[in-house]
Amino acid sequence: MKTVTLTLTNSPELMLEGQNITPDNFAGKKAAEIAALDVWEGKQKSPLGKYFTVEGDGAATAEETKIVLRGDCTRVKRIGQQMTAGEIVIEGNADMYIGGWMKGGKIHVKGDVDSFCGIGMEGGELVVDGNAKSHLGSSPRGEWRGMQGGLIRVAGSVANDTATFINGGTIVIGGDADIHVSTHGEGGTVIIKGNAKGRVGGQMVKGDIYVYGTIENPLPGFQMVGEVEQEVDGETARFAHYIGDLGERHPVSKGKTVYANLYTRI
Amino acid sequence: MPKKIENVGCPYCGVCCDDLVVTVSDDGKQILEVENACAIGNQIFHHATGSERVRLPRLRQPDGTYKDISYDEAVDYAAKVLHNAKKPLIYGFGSTNCEGMAAAAKVAEKAGAVLDNCASICHGSSFLAIFDNGYPSCTLGETKNRADVIVYWGANPAHAHPRHMSRYSIFPRGFFTGKGHKSRKIIVIDPRHTDTAQVADIYLQVKQGHDYDLFDAFRTAARGHEIPEEVAGIKRERILEVVEIMKKARFGTIFYGMGLCHSDGRNHNVDIAISLTRDLNDFTKWTIMAMRGHYNITGPGAVWSWQYGFPYCLDLTKRDIAHMNPGETSSVDLAMRDEVDAFFNVGTDAGAHFPIEAVKHLKKHPWITVDPNICMASEISDLHIPVGVVGVEVPGIVYRMDNVPIQYRKVIDPPEGVISDEELFERIHKRLCELEAEEAAKGPAKATPAGVRAEE
Repeated sequence: MKTVTLTLTNSPELMLEGQNITPDNFAGKKAAEIAALDVWEGKQKSPLGKYFTVEGDGAATAEETKIVLRGDCTRVKRIGQQMTAGEIVIEGNADMYIGGWMKGGKIHVKGDVDSFCGIGMEGGELVVDGNAKSHLGSSPRGEWRGMQGGLIRVAGSVANDTATFINGGTIVIGGDADIHVSTHGEGGTVIIKGNAKGRVGGQMVKGDIYVYGTIENPLPGFQMVGEVEQEVDGETARFAHYIGDLGERHPVSKGKTVYANLYTRI
Repeated sequence: MPKKIENVGCPYCGVCCDDLVVTVSDDGKQILEVENACAIGNQIFHHATGSERVRLPRLRQPDGTYKDISYDEAVDYAAKVLHNAKKPLIYGFGSTNCEGMAAAAKVAEKAGAVLDNCASICHGSSFLAIFDNGYPSCTLGETKNRADVIVYWGANPAHAHPRHMSRYSIFPRGFFTGKGHKSRKIIVIDPRHTDTAQVADIYLQVKQGHDYDLFDAFRTAARGHEIPEEVAGIKRERILEVVEIMKKARFGTIFYGMGLCHSDGRNHNVDIAISLTRDLNDFTKWTIMAMRGHYNITGPGAVWSWQYGFPYCLDLTKRDIAHMNPGETSSVDLAMRDEVDAFFNVGTDAGAHFPIEAVKHLKKHPWITVDPNICMASEISDLHIPVGVVGVEVPGIVYRMDNVPIQYRKVIDPPEGVISDEELFERIHKRLCELEAEEAAKGPAKATPAGVRAEE
């Protein structure tokens, strides 16, 4: 594996759009060629080298390429967007769309991320050591096929609209979640190890949600059907099992109506 | 002889009353009387001629005062600001005509700007819900002629749309609703007992911020499932009673306002309201409509959707790609995140409507206001360009809240020399093209705009 290290030395005045910072784009390129890739600051297109110093060359393929981002990337958007393979390590914070529409590979953010991270994700792994803001693993606006696969792991808390229209994949949140989790969900799994504020599973058709803490305002469309013992994220625990959202349409499979499942730990 | 002009459209709210009668003085310079309009609409007409108007663009001076400049100088300044900024924001358009919006879009595209309208802080969340879930709507005429159950949810038309109830929803006698309000059931759902709630047959005082939960309860009950004893502060029996009324209606319309769009959850509140409307169509005919605020705030949605495919929050900085994602490309978010470096306020008052923090961020950069009147935004601007009042001095097309286009007319001429929004933006566009050509000829050296920044 070859490592390309980008160090942000010249901070952007506005926000920097770095959709080209992916192993797919860096593969097969020398450091100088990488420094010539386009980044955007508003309508101004500049070479990557204007903001970052680039050390190391890309490997022949994306799988073999690792990118390490140093410096304060709080104002850099779209890192790892649409990546299919390889690895990205962001040493601090990052802005929006980190790992958006990603199909494979791994992104590790050691700080916090902003909104829209992992939206429209199809595969791969996004790990955030800090907190994430809104629309984590959500669907892009107007898209009814949200996250399809992959794993998102946030150690801290998340803001609202997590996993809207989720269709597959797993999201694990170490802390608390604000309102709207898996709204319009049609599959996938969301695990919240802290508390949820409310509107958990609203308009949800299929899929699973686990809440280890409490739900401040549970929805009236969820009904308790029993207690179950399940292994979740490597540990076994007892959960109260609710089905819902009873206000939403539900498909019938093999003569049985399929509901979304909400589990709260007892 | 004063002249009476009939069937004049009103440039105030989204109801777009088109039955006004305006009396104009002999010389065609003074508006003497406005009939049929509400108090606010009336005031808009009288304000046009009854007060001192700004007749020339005003540029901020080093001592903080404004100095009158010519339209040519103002156009040059505006074009240079747009040309030199990395990401200018053009926002507003609640109160102008579609012709002006189309011209402004041309400017935004040329300048590589973000183009946004007042929906961004208003019914924009409705758009997001409509993208996700569709819009089973109707025209106001259908509601007037057919509806026997009306729901106002998080809206207070008694104050915000003064003639909505009398023209379309509660009181008018329509084709199938000959008994007027006697044959209609009015349901008002609002955390506050508003003046609209006074005329309701049923008033539900929902707990603030829990509309989504109440909608979920309605939907669950409509499908025949059990609901908890109390949801969002409303007792189960009451919810079941309202659900029964809704199911048994011949034709119903849900009118919703800021109570849904701008309480917690925003687009999701509207989204689930649309889902409820769809569910009710299993039993009878139900429709839903956003109580759009300004008389032509539906306009930019229609015009820009046609031009770019998106109604608001358009990021045109990449020129050939239009990108839209409220939360990122919405005006207040752009301002709060320090993501824009020039601000155009057109036909609205961002100075009054934006959070003060957002205004402070925007004030770090050039701020230009295009508005006929003196408002908070015009007073903190670096440049204020006056234009004619649409619907009074400038004709044009406007879209009513139900997406019906109406041709507005003018009743008087604008003050001498004052131009329309459309002409202004066409001239800025022309100047931008010239600047681009000059730059291409000279190389990358850029001119700094003349004039001085206003005090923070």
